[in-house]
Amino acid sequence: MKVDANLNVNEIMYPIEIDPHTTLLRAVRDEIGLSGTKEGCDDSECGACMMLLDGKPVNSCSYLALQAEHRLVTTVEGLADGDTLSPLQQAFLTAGGVQCGFCTPGMLISATSFLATHRSPSEDDVRIALSGNLCRCTGYDGIVRAVLGVAGLVTSGLQP
Amino acid sequence: MSTFVSPTTLDEVLVALSRGARPVAGGTDLVVGARQGKAPLPVDLVAIHRLDSLKILTTGRDGVRLGGLVTHEDIVANDVIRLSYTALADASAIVGSQATRAQGTIGGNVMNASPAMDTGGPLLCLGARVVLKSSGRTRSVSLDELFVSPGHTIARPDELLVAIDIPPVVDGTGSCYARLEYRRQMEIAVVGATAVCTIVDGVVTSARVAMTALAPTIQRVPSAEALLVGQPANRSSADAAAAAFAHATKPISDVRASAEYRRAMAVVIARRAIEGAFARASGSDVPIPASSALQGAR
Repeated sequence: MKVDANLNVNEIMYPIEIDPHTTLLRAVRDEIGLSGTKEGCDDSECGACMMLLDGKPVNSCSYLALQAEHRLVTTVEGLADGDTLSPLQQAFLTAGGVQCGFCTPGMLISATSFLATHRSPSEDDVRIALSGNLCRCTGYDGIVRAVLGVAGLVTSGLQP
Repeated sequence: MSTFVSPTTLDEVLVALSRGARPVAGGTDLVVGARQGKAPLPVDLVAIHRLDSLKILTTGRDGVRLGGLVTHEDIVANDVIRLSYTALADASAIVGSQATRAQGTIGGNVMNASPAMDTGGPLLCLGARVVLKSSGRTRSVSLDELFVSPGHTIARPDELLVAIDIPPVVDGTGSCYARLEYRRQMEIAVVGATAVCTIVDGVVTSARVAMTALAPTIQRVPSAEALLVGQPANRSSADAAAAAFAHATKPISDVRASAEYRRAMAVVIARRAIEGAFARASGSDVPIPASSALQGAR
């Protein structure tokens, strides 16, 4: 039986009707219609489905949508300010951090959360922080360069 | 017909449990386990993530109290745990990925009762007790008694782990958790070892050692402990204890390693944990997590 739920995604309230076992990923993609977040492994291994929950990363394929009620969900669609990309998104473009693009939403979310708490990370810090996000194109170098490039100039615009 | 409630009071949660609902906190084991076919998602769920009273981590002269909803991220960030309960910080620092550590709770990790869980060995060796609560009853259970078999504890279905108490650590004590891993994140211990040692004037006066992913449950290794107490804290005593440790293991062969390989590596990992505990007890800096820091050690 479906139940009513209200999810705050990117600061917009969405009333939806879902089965209690529905994951946050399915609710956001199928019920709300925001398809930026990807389903990779559906097993919490690859990080393609990563969103922020009250600013902290969550693998949304393994999180119940109903547990996200009363909280702020941020997806990749919520990172840009209108048509203006966040500094991190811009850095991904500049550094060639996007190949097929499938891991990109999760990478951006993961790195956004990491940069919010790490002002001057080393390359190793970045690689460890992003190691829950798999890039099957193996384009890690561009991604790491982008994150390091932004790390020096984190602005409030990066905060979720 | 499935049901879901997410109360804001502990009493409401305990009532739901007494009526057969199953608890979900960070979901990092439960939902993934369901997908992997270990067990279907429970029909009736009670989400406990809104119980703010269980998110508190307190440190003081009486030791440490971890609320059941304290996350791995909270544990790694706590300076007292890093300084005095270092093995626990080693463990929480390498659970899953950044997202797992942000959402995964210590209560969920312990009650999932995996023989490969990273935090179990440190908690066991640090003398932790869990507080189990149900409607009308509260009991404190030593970690020694908690684990029954893979995925099973002595807790009844209507009991919730509300807190974990760890006693104070005496001066001169160092602790370390090391594991064998094939990759840096989203890894499960192939072999793990914890050592908590107190050293006075270069001699080990107290030692607790536990094995991880080497038996059906996390468990202490008395034979290794006995070879440390009264001995000088050096490579030779660490070697002897590590050999006894490996002899005491009861490993299985599975997709991650053969039993033979696990037993062979148990010597190495146990020695790293013991020498890491020795070093920290003597005031040397071994970075957290030790597992990465000690790779490449002899």
